[in-house]
Amino acid sequence: MSTFNNTKYMEGMKQSVIVSTWFMFLTFPIMVIRVNTIENIIEWRWMNMFYVGAGSFILSFVWRYLSGRSISGRKENINAQGGHISFLQRLVSEKRLSLPALGVVAVIALFFPFISSIYQTNIMTTALMYVVLGLGLNIVVGQAGLLNLGYVAFYAAGAYTYALLYHHFGVGFWLALPLGALAATILGILLALPVLRLQGDYLAIVTLGFGEITRLVLENWNEFSFGPSGISGIPRPGLFGMEMGMHEATVYLYFLMILLCIVTIFVVNRLQDSRIGRALLALREDEIACQAMGINKTRVKLTAFALGSTWAGLVGVFFAAKTTFVNPASFTFLESAMILSIVVLGGTGSIIGIIIGALLLILLPEYLRAFSDYRMLLFGVIMVIMMIFRPQGIVEGVRRTYEFHAEENKKEI
Amino acid sequence: MDYFLELFIGGLTRGSIYALIALGYTMVYGIIELINFAHGEIYMIGAFTALIVASVLAMSGMSGLSVLILASVVAVIYSAAYGFTVEKVAYKPLRKAPRLSPLISAIGMSIFLQNYVLLAQTSDFLPFPNLLPDLPFMAPYVGFIGSTEFIIITTTAVIMVLLTLLIKFTRMGKAMRATAQDRDMAMLVGVNVNRVISNTFIIGSALAAVGGVLIASHIGRINFYIGFLAGIKAFTAAVLGGIGSIPGAVLGALVLGCTESFATGYVSSDYEDVFAFVLLIVILIIKPSGLLGQKATQKV
Repeated sequence: MSTFNNTKYMEGMKQSVIVSTWFMFLTFPIMVIRVNTIENIIEWRWMNMFYVGAGSFILSFVWRYLSGRSISGRKENINAQGGHISFLQRLVSEKRLSLPALGVVAVIALFFPFISSIYQTNIMTTALMYVVLGLGLNIVVGQAGLLNLGYVAFYAAGAYTYALLYHHFGVGFWLALPLGALAATILGILLALPVLRLQGDYLAIVTLGFGEITRLVLENWNEFSFGPSGISGIPRPGLFGMEMGMHEATVYLYFLMILLCIVTIFVVNRLQDSRIGRALLALREDEIACQAMGINKTRVKLTAFALGSTWAGLVGVFFAAKTTFVNPASFTFLESAMILSIVVLGGTGSIIGIIIGALLLILLPEYLRAFSDYRMLLFGVIMVIMMIFRPQGIVEGVRRTYEFHAEENKKEI
Repeated sequence: MDYFLELFIGGLTRGSIYALIALGYTMVYGIIELINFAHGEIYMIGAFTALIVASVLAMSGMSGLSVLILASVVAVIYSAAYGFTVEKVAYKPLRKAPRLSPLISAIGMSIFLQNYVLLAQTSDFLPFPNLLPDLPFMAPYVGFIGSTEFIIITTTAVIMVLLTLLIKFTRMGKAMRATAQDRDMAMLVGVNVNRVISNTFIIGSALAAVGGVLIASHIGRINFYIGFLAGIKAFTAAVLGGIGSIPGAVLGALVLGCTESFATGYVSSDYEDVFAFVLLIVILIIKPSGLLGQKATQKV
C-alpha cells in the first residue's frame, strides 16, 4: 500500500516538474526579457523565471487535486440523482430561512449609505447597476439561450438618449428614463429582425459586430454624438425640484437604484413563470419542437431581445445620471464580456446567483485595490477556472417543473 | 485606375494577413465548434516574441535576413506552444460541457493573455523594425506594389498551398478531416482525437504567428491590444467564407480585406472598422452559412 502511494506521489512530482519546466519555457521571452528599443537596452529579469517555475509547480498540484475532486464530485452527483442541494439554494427555496435572510439584506441595504462613505455608496450603486444589467441579459442568454455579445449597445442607447435629450431639449431624468428604455427596446428589435434566422455562434458574432458598430458610430459621428469627447454636464435626478448637494444626490441615486433592482427582480421572477417565460425556455431547449408546439418563434425571439434591451436602456439612463458624463469609451466589448461573465459566473437562469455574481465581480476588485494592476488578469483567470470547476455558476439555476394533478382538476370541474 | 490598383493591392495585403489568422479560427471551429477567442492573443504574442528576439539579435550585432528568419522561427514555435497550452488548460477540460462554457473560458483566456503581456512588457506602442528585405527586382513596380506587400501576399499564398497539401494528402490531414466530420466516429476507427485537436491548435497558432510577424513589419508598431481587433476581423472573415471551410476562410479574408481597402479609399476612413461588421451582417442575412459554407440540415 505504501509503495503504491509512493509511486503515485513520485508520479505527481514528476508531472509537476514537467509542468513547471514547460511554463518556464513558455513565459521566457515575455516575462524575462524586456527590450527598450529607444535606448537599446535589454533588461534580463531572471527572478521572474524563478517565480513562474515555483508558482506553476505549486499550482499544478492544486490543479490536479481540484480536477480529481471535480470528477469524483460529478460521479457522486449522478449517484445521488441531484439530491444534493447547496446551502444557497436552500436559503432561497425554504421560507423559514429565506424570510430572515431577506430581512437582513433589506436592513443592510437600507442603512448602507449612512454607515459608509460616499465613495463606497457610489461603488455600491455601480454594483446594483450591474445587477440589473445581468438580470436583463439573463432574459436573453439564460432564458432564451440567445448568446448576445453586443449587450452594451443597448446600455449605450439608454445613456446617450438621456445625454442627447438633455443637451438639445433640456429633458430631465424622469422623462428620459422611459424614453431611454424605449430607444433601447427599439434598437433591440432592430437588431433582432435581421438576426432571427441565425443560430448559435453566428448570432453571437453578429451581436458582437452590432455592439462594435454602435460604439464606432458614436465615436466617429461627431455631429450627432460629439465623438470621443462625449457629452458632459448631465444632471443627476431631481426630487420635486429640490436642490441636492453631491452627498444627498449620491444617496438618492443609490435608493433609486435599489428600487429599480427590486422592480427588476420582481418582473424577472414573474416573467419566468409567465407564458412568455415558458416560451423562452422552450425556445432554448429545442427550436423545432418549440415551433411544433405552436409557439411563434419569431415573436418569442423578438420579445426576448426587446425585454433584455429594455433593462439595459433603463440602466443606461441611470449611468448617464450617475457619472454626469457619457463617452463611447464606456461602452466597449469588455463591458459586454463583463456583464456576460456576471450572468455565467452567478449561474445562468438563477436570479440570486446573478445578484451575487454582480456584487462579487464589481465589489471585489474595488476593495482589492492593492491588486489593482492585476485585477483584469485575475478576472480572466477566474472566468477560466469557474468554467472548468463550476460551470453551472455560483448558484445553480433550478429547473422549474410543473405537475399536473388529474384528481384536483376533476374536483374543480 | 492607379488609385484603384493601389487600393486593390492594399486590400490583398490586408486580406492575406486576415487569412493567416482566420485559418486558425476556421480550423478550430471545424473540429471542436468553438470560437477560439484567445486566437487573436496568440497572434499578438507571436508579434511580441518576434519583436523581442529581433531586438536581442540586433543588439548583439546580427543583421539582415538571419534576424528575420530566426525571429520568425522563434515566434512560430512560441505561438504554437501557447496555442497548445491554451487548449490544454482552458478548453480540454470542457470538451463535454455545454456550448456556452468553452466560449466564456475563451473570453477569460483572452483577457488573461492581454493583461499578462501588458504587465510583463508594457502598455505603450512599441516600434517594430521592418524585418522584411527590399527586393531589388520589385523596383520597377514600386509605384503600386512595394516589396513588403509583395512578400506578404506571396508568403501567404505559399502557406495556403502547403496547408492545402497537408490537409489533403497527409495522414494527419486525413485524421483532421475525419474528426471534423464526426468526432465519435473518428474515435471509433482509431483516430487519436485529442492529438488531432492539439495539432489543429498548433498549426493554427503557427499560422497566426506568421501573420503577426508580417503585419507588425508592415504597420511598424505593436502593443498588447492588437490581438483583439485583428482577432475579431479574422473571425468575421472566417464566418464570411463559411466557418469550418478552409478555402472559405481565405476567400472571406480577401473579400474582407478588399472591402475595407476600397471603402476606406472611396468612402471614408473614419469608419474603417464599421465596414467589416456591416459586410458581415449583410452576408449573414442573405446567406447565413457564409460564402462557401455548407448548409447544415437539421435532423429532428
